[in-house]
Amino acid sequence: MSDLLAARTQMALSLGFHIVFAEIGIAMPLLMVLAEWRWRRTGDEVFLRLAKRWAKGSAILFAVGAVSGTVLSFELGLLWPHFMQFAGPIIGLPFSLEGFAFFTEAIFLGVYLYGWNRISPRAHLTAGLLVAMSGAASAIFVVMVNAWMNTPTGVTMSGGQIASIDPIAGMLNPSSFQQSLHMLLAAYAATGLAVAGIHAAILLRKPDSRFHRRALTLALMMGTPAAILQPISGDVSARTVAIWQPTKLAALEGQFATERGAPLRIGGWPDVDAQRTRFALEVPRGLSLLAFHDIDAEVKGLAAFPRENWPPLPPVHVGFQLMVGLGTAMALVSLWAAVVMARTGDVMRHRWLLRALAIVTPFGFIATEAGWTVTEVGRQPWVVQGILRTADAVTPMPGLIVPMLAFAALYIGLSAIVVRLIMTMVRETM
Amino acid sequence: MSSASAFFSSIGLPEIIAGIMVLALNAYVLMGGADYGGGLWDLLASGPRRDAQRDLIAKSIAPIWEANHVWLIVVVVLMFTAFPLAFSTLAIVLHIPITLMLIGIVLRGSAFVFRSYGSSERRTRRRWGVAFASASTVTPIVLGVIIGSVASGDVATASGRIGAARFTEIFVSPWLAPFPIAVGLFALALFAFLAAVYLTVEAGDDAALRDDFRARALAAALAVAFFAAVALFLSRRAAPRVIEGVVGGSWAWLLHLCTAISAVTAILALWGRNFRLARLAAAAQITLILWGWAVSQYPFIVPMTVSIRQASAPSVTLTLLLIGLGGGALVLIPSLRYLLRTFAGRAAEAKESSS
Ligand code: HDD
Ligand code: HEM
Ligand code: HEM
Repeated sequence: MSDLLAARTQMALSLGFHIVFAEIGIAMPLLMVLAEWRWRRTGDEVFLRLAKRWAKGSAILFAVGAVSGTVLSFELGLLWPHFMQFAGPIIGLPFSLEGFAFFTEAIFLGVYLYGWNRISPRAHLTAGLLVAMSGAASAIFVVMVNAWMNTPTGVTMSGGQIASIDPIAGMLNPSSFQQSLHMLLAAYAATGLAVAGIHAAILLRKPDSRFHRRALTLALMMGTPAAILQPISGDVSARTVAIWQPTKLAALEGQFATERGAPLRIGGWPDVDAQRTRFALEVPRGLSLLAFHDIDAEVKGLAAFPRENWPPLPPVHVGFQLMVGLGTAMALVSLWAAVVMARTGDVMRHRWLLRALAIVTPFGFIATEAGWTVTEVGRQPWVVQGILRTADAVTPMPGLIVPMLAFAALYIGLSAIVVRLIMTMVRETM
Repeated sequence: MSSASAFFSSIGLPEIIAGIMVLALNAYVLMGGADYGGGLWDLLASGPRRDAQRDLIAKSIAPIWEANHVWLIVVVVLMFTAFPLAFSTLAIVLHIPITLMLIGIVLRGSAFVFRSYGSSERRTRRRWGVAFASASTVTPIVLGVIIGSVASGDVATASGRIGAARFTEIFVSPWLAPFPIAVGLFALALFAFLAAVYLTVEAGDDAALRDDFRARALAAALAVAFFAAVALFLSRRAAPRVIEGVVGGSWAWLLHLCTAISAVTAILALWGRNFRLARLAAAAQITLILWGWAVSQYPFIVPMTVSIRQASAPSVTLTLLLIGLGGGALVLIPSLRYLLRTFAGRAAEAKESSS
């Protein structure tokens, strides 16, 4: 394995690990606040038990999120020193603001978790709300950085050197809004439906548990709106990609030839040598319609770009199909739940709906991993689109496979432990 | 006198940001450092009150360690935003110790929550406790090693020879050397001292427990003095620049005097059981040591080649950063005060409410 590949693998593993805890860190505080608020309003002790249960589970996930995020901040330099030397002054600003978001999050998390009996009810609820808000803020700031890597504005180059920079323009680059929105929705949808799915599975066995009924309702309140909006937000993202990163668009759609009225391909496998995508279900003119809102629009194919600027095609195309497929399933199940809820006010008696919810439990997190694969691998060979190549950003330190394997082992071990602990906790509620 | 006025006239935006960076490191050492020290005392807990000691340590750390930990992230972010050249130089040459430190940080944080929230079975908890405590002990040593190797100037030298020297000469020998290791042990001793002093206050009016930590603090003070002497001795050869700054600079004698005064005050206050004064003096002592190191390196970030000015980002970045830091501080300072007030003396109160 080359050092470059080892570095990329380590980065991907670290981010793929962190993002799960980050999403939970964004969304769980909102759920806890919802539960606590319902308890204060109704006096129903079940809500209080729920808030405390969720808080206990989340405490573990928060800590793992915090330490894995710390690893990432250093890894940016350990693996990509030339990238950070180049990009630090431009995108350091959102990172610094994120630092303060981490502070408020960590501070009020401490207050929330350990302050049940120390502060007034209102102060406690406010602390929870602040945790939820700062989690969302930190996601927005860090995704702005990633958006800048995709659509780098605020920097002018001359002769391979930086001529001038404008950090504000870098922060407010053309993808910042779309990507942050999509990421936040992903966090609420993935976490909300995962929690809903776990409680739905338990309800299938113990339909009368008030605890799990309340839990399911709250989780659906958070998860379903996000899951229904997610495809719309994904469409906005895709159109931004179509304008700014045509190679990425061609790669994620498996589009080799430049054509007007390009079809939308569902599934399939891009055959790089034959330069065509096989086994895909084609919806005529679908891609032109979705990407440019015009059935005759011209879509640039990969053939229009030099071969050395193509990203690795299979992971990008398959990742995209996976994300969209899972996202569609989540949106449909959410719509179903919303309709049942509106018509009968009670999802608990629909065993088929409960089964469907149980099935989609992991979908959001898988879609997230797939989506980041699309974004990051789809940008290759660039680390900063059109400006800095990944191969030029990597550290000169040799033997990178060693730290990569060490972190891989660490993450596998931690995942196993976290899963076991959470499963024990869930079983305790049964 | 003239050197002092030259110093002040050379202060610009880059120096201000560098100062804030040292301030953040200072906060990390005072707050996060004590959390590491707590881990060491968990490892070394002994005597009839062994479990009570571990309990007090866990209760003092639990609500605040995540917040304390963010200071380190602030240091890193400031470094790559404001001094990208310094960041990349350090990240390349010190890849191995930084990675070791990260693994320590991950193990320590996760083991701590696994112990608090995981199985209530005694044996499992103890196993997580040992993992937490060992990682807490190793991590500050590595942090000290990193600081020591930067101070020695070997990092900069190695950085200039990338591609022209063997792997070990660039990536290993700058930090795996007597002086950095002595600084690492010095850092561990300092954190242990700080933690023990804090814990005497945290113990509230449990006199027996308080005296346990008083004895530990006094022992740690001896270790601090010992490793300071070793580091100073080794630095004559390994880090002549630092030693020149530390003993020779025009401000140095003043800093030294203050450091010595706080060290003696801390020990006397411990002896006389004035624990709050001891805590203040110990914090002052560590602060002065850190700033002594920073001032001795000035104007270099990575001595002897990368200076603050050379490494600094364009002024537009620094200006925006300063504005951002100002705005952030407005949020941070009241929140932090609220946190510390909410949990002040928590261990003592917890006992009240349970009895
Ligand atoms: C719950 C998770 C989830 C779900 C259900 C979806 N996505 Fe997504 N998607 C993400 C989670 C995600 C993500 C992991 O959060 C990404 C990675 C980068 C980003 O901004 O969001 C992403 C990126 C991403 C990108 C690339 C943006 C870029 O490279 O700048 C596109 C084009 C889409 N998505 C489109 C969609 C569509 C059309 C969906 C229809 C159902 C969809 N996503 C569902
Ligand atoms: C602010 C956020 C992010 C930054 C600054 C960032 C930065 C980077 C960098 C520098 C690389 C290495 C170069 C490359 O291979 O592209 C990389 C790779 C990668 N990142 Fe991101 N990333 C961010 C967010 C994410 C997230 C959240 C994920 C997923 C969970 C992710 C997934 C990946 C993957 C899969 C790779 C490997 C790409 C490959 O193997 O080709 N990224 N990222
Ligand atoms: C290169 C990319 C990234 C870096 C360097 C990074 C850095 C960090 C750091 C240092 C922390 C710990 C803060 C603490 O001590 O409390 C953290 C936590 C967090 N990060 Fe990331 N992060 C990255 C990617 C992301 C992405 C893409 C998201 C978007 C969802 C995200 C969202 C969060 C959240 C919400 C938390 C707090 C939640 C928790 O503690 O579990 N991060 N991150």
